[in-house]
Amino acid sequence: MRRFLVLLACGFMAILCGESAQPSPDLMHKAAPQFVRTDLSGQKIDLKSYRGKVVLLNFWATWCAPCQVELPRFDAWQKTFGAEGLQVLAISMDDGDAPVRRTVRRLHLDVPVVMGDAKLGEAYGGVLGLPITFLIGRDGVVAEKVKGETDLDKLETRVRGLLAH
Amino acid sequence: MRRLFKCIVFVSFMGLVSGAHAQFSTPGSGSLAATTVPQAQLMQPAELVKLLKANGSDRPVVFQVGSFVMFQQAHIPNAGFAGPTSQQNGLILLKKFAAPLKKDQLIVIYCGCCPWGRCPNIGPAYKQLRDLGFTNVKALYLTNNFGDDWVSKGYPVERGE
Repeated sequence: MRRFLVLLACGFMAILCGESAQPSPDLMHKAAPQFVRTDLSGQKIDLKSYRGKVVLLNFWATWCAPCQVELPRFDAWQKTFGAEGLQVLAISMDDGDAPVRRTVRRLHLDVPVVMGDAKLGEAYGGVLGLPITFLIGRDGVVAEKVKGETDLDKLETRVRGLLAH
Repeated sequence: MRRLFKCIVFVSFMGLVSGAHAQFSTPGSGSLAATTVPQAQLMQPAELVKLLKANGSDRPVVFQVGSFVMFQQAHIPNAGFAGPTSQQNGLILLKKFAAPLKKDQLIVIYCGCCPWGRCPNIGPAYKQLRDLGFTNVKALYLTNNFGDDWVSKGYPVERGE
């Protein structure tokens, strides 16, 4: 019986280890933390003003290689799905805006780009590794959190699914 | 009952394998990528946790060589901010902070901004310290990022500046 309990504990721990590589569920199915910022073009960005839209909130930085792959794709989604109610917001976690402005020009990004900070990172459960993307449903609730490099085709399918609701 | 044991062992094994696969699936890149740091100079998080409890000369000097925004959210206790070393400003800062140290001082650098093979800061920081003549430099091996491989494991952190 003791052996059984030890094995059961091992199995449970292994399952936990396996799941540790999955997105953190901290904010899942909860209201997305509100914020108001000014983007690089001087436009006020108030998250709650996007209620009724699907928001793709992407934390990125100029020194993050996978982010450079994702951002142009997200920018393209904005053009493709904007009319259906998608709003992409890019939050840079760089220490200063100069390299961010250069990258925005280089990648020809049209989506709003906001400078993030530690406070905003902590509000979203700690942004201690990039990229991190949140999908926020039309109801303002976090529907998906994706950490690290991701399968963008799968993410696009998820975006389409949220837009259909 | 024997079949149940086998099932549990199998589930345990698969759980470990799937976790390991997810953590080690990141590709490497670039001439100064973190993957250029010799294997022998890597330090595992659990090893550093033990060393942080040491006193005197055994205690390492720790530098975070990534972004300040991330440093503010959480960093290793008593770590100095000396980054981001993928940029010239960061390299200058690291050189300045390392200058008063003995050449054989154990220095541990860490970043954790991105998956290990994608980190732009560890490689340049390691090279800079070696070029400056430091002989005991270790790079903290954070597979995915600082959040997953340090904070989420309950290892000690400080917040703020």
